[in-house]
Amino acid sequence: MEAQSYRVRVGLATCGIAAGASKTYDKLVSLLAEHDIVPERTGCIGMCFSEPLVEVTTPAGETYLYGDATADKVAAIVEQHIVGGKPVEEMLVLSSAAATDNDHFMAKQHRVLLGHVGVIDPESIDSYLAIDGYIALTKVINEMTQEEVIKEVQKSGLRGRGGAGFPTGMKWNFTYQAKGNKKYVVCNADEGDPGAFMDRSVLEGDPHALIEGMTIAAFAIGADEGYIYVRAEYPLAIKRLQIAIKEAKAHGYLGNKILGTDFCFDLKIKEGAGAFVCGEETALLASIEGLRGIPRPRPPFPANSGLWGKPTLLNNVETYANVPVIFRLGADEYGKVGAERSKGTKVFALTGKIKKTGLAEVPMGITMREIIYDVGGGIQDDRAFKAVQIGGPSGGCLPEEQLDLSVDYDSLTAAGAMMGSGGLVVMDETTCMVDLAKFFLTFTQSESCGKCTPCREGTKRMLEILERITAGQGKPGDIETLEEMGAAIRDSALCGLGQTAPNPVLSTLRYFRHEYEEHINEGKCRAGVCSNLISYNIIEDKCVGCTVCAKNCPVNAISGERKQPHEIDQSVCIKCGVCMEKCKFDAIILK
Amino acid sequence: MKEAHECHAEDSFDYAPVDEILERYQGQKGTTIPILQAIQEFYGYLPRQAMAYTAKQLKVPFSRVYGVATFYAQFHLTPRGENIIRVCQGTACHVRGASKIVEALKEQLGLDVGETSNDQKFTLESVACIGACGLAPVMMINNDTFGRLTAEKIKEILNNY
Repeated sequence: MEAQSYRVRVGLATCGIAAGASKTYDKLVSLLAEHDIVPERTGCIGMCFSEPLVEVTTPAGETYLYGDATADKVAAIVEQHIVGGKPVEEMLVLSSAAATDNDHFMAKQHRVLLGHVGVIDPESIDSYLAIDGYIALTKVINEMTQEEVIKEVQKSGLRGRGGAGFPTGMKWNFTYQAKGNKKYVVCNADEGDPGAFMDRSVLEGDPHALIEGMTIAAFAIGADEGYIYVRAEYPLAIKRLQIAIKEAKAHGYLGNKILGTDFCFDLKIKEGAGAFVCGEETALLASIEGLRGIPRPRPPFPANSGLWGKPTLLNNVETYANVPVIFRLGADEYGKVGAERSKGTKVFALTGKIKKTGLAEVPMGITMREIIYDVGGGIQDDRAFKAVQIGGPSGGCLPEEQLDLSVDYDSLTAAGAMMGSGGLVVMDETTCMVDLAKFFLTFTQSESCGKCTPCREGTKRMLEILERITAGQGKPGDIETLEEMGAAIRDSALCGLGQTAPNPVLSTLRYFRHEYEEHINEGKCRAGVCSNLISYNIIEDKCVGCTVCAKNCPVNAISGERKQPHEIDQSVCIKCGVCMEKCKFDAIILK
Repeated sequence: MKEAHECHAEDSFDYAPVDEILERYQGQKGTTIPILQAIQEFYGYLPRQAMAYTAKQLKVPFSRVYGVATFYAQFHLTPRGENIIRVCQGTACHVRGASKIVEALKEQLGLDVGETSNDQKFTLESVACIGACGLAPVMMINNDTFGRLTAEKIKEILNNY
């Protein structure tokens, strides 16, 4: 029967599962049983905006990706497409055989790292081997010396994907050169930046890529033991890593006598326990040692004195996952993609008020405008773009004028933001920049480990000022005080968390100073977010007295006779905005 | 093992599960956090007796174990509900209206963030980011993630627990 050669894949990463992909998968298992097809599991396909996703590959090799494929809708895919041979057009989000509205999402992407995420079965090493998995490791171990491996990484121009963009090859060389017989390789998979999930996607979708990258690193620097420090909030990633490590050991790519040589590398998982500061390298190492995750001054750097005082190489997930790609393609070929001083691709998590949320891998050097408008399809509901936040709580906000900036490490830092882990949160006119700065500072303040005074006390004082401003009690001079304190904390805090904590405030002050001034001088919040500075009002002429607003008001602040204009009692109103959402006559406005 | 009990003559705490956990990690380095994680997995929180006993067995001061337990957000010193609701407060969720989801949860459960219901059924917590930003706003109940939330959906979801 023809149906036998159809392949069906379901995206089963955390976001897919959250959207109902497990039920979709179970339903497909039962529906496809009579056609002798077993649906395959895969990781994140990247198009979060239409999860759950099901991909059908026809006997001729054409692919059809179906979106919003909840369990109740997949029968159509089976009946109409797999049995009937006719694609289900209304559910189609992407296809190799037909144009769709989402072609722009893929057109500017260059999927090297994510090339296998959402394609292979992350719980099967055979699936990884089938796409040239462990070829890079085999080549490295059998054909190269440690120095050659490090030279190749240096030549590729790879820079750390987790934060400041330190040259990876240089880090490897420092650790290789460090004196000592015992060395460690550690992976930072404590993806704590709110708004970033590319590491989770790799861990859940292509865990062997990380293991292969780390094993190559261990060979290069001469380590025999390694740790992957994963956040406890990623249970599925931990489970898939455990399976992958077990399988890699069974196949001789990890453990004792790797590929029959004398090279041994043992890899363990350490579960984080919930502390943002553990993304800082010295804090992360303290946490692996079982201590409070508190940073210490550097030098000595981990390359010389890291885990239990031994030389330690620390990179993040995306950095290690790039390593097998470098050795598969060769450093020269790898370096052809990207910007002059920022080689290769970068994965960005597109979130916030953007039409197509998801993961996008693009060559570095692309502009922010291309990422937001060409890949992401523009702003939700076609509202006006206001800002994009890049680099998480350590990064900054960039305004419209900066949209044509080249997205590479150095340009972003010069503009007052940073690459960070690659979370892009897009904001429209309904986001208040002062409130956003307060949001980030609330986060860093509560995550401050408390060791050094500038971060512990300084961020608290800055937060108090922001709380006053957003409550309508700002004073002249507040802006200057924020700038002065921000500069002092940046210069004097002990670790990266503290030094970068003022960035969201400083960058919003740089580009959106007028919003701070409006809050302080005019008592106005143009985005309508800061509740002390806004009021909801009913326009008498437009109100028909339908009573819907009054019925939905949670605090009974609205009164009025049926068919007569209603009124909001401002002393009772909690400014939740439900009335405005529910009013069908646009009779309620925000002042 | 006997010594650890001495100061609690009337102590009826069952130390056997802790012993079993400690044995599992014997001889390994940097085990404080995994041991506490295992203890919490078993008891649902970190009982003081279990922490004191762990410190004694690991031959470290109680302050060291207590310090680790209070440093990390994951550890809890008081019993928690049967179902742990973690509502995401990340940037993407914040921008997409997470505050309204928190309000809806508070109202439905009659709990503030950080509180446990009297019948021990639910604990409401907030989390910085669970990495499902593409589906913002999101929350987790135990190990299940729920996305694209609206205030209306909350009621429906809670009814299943």
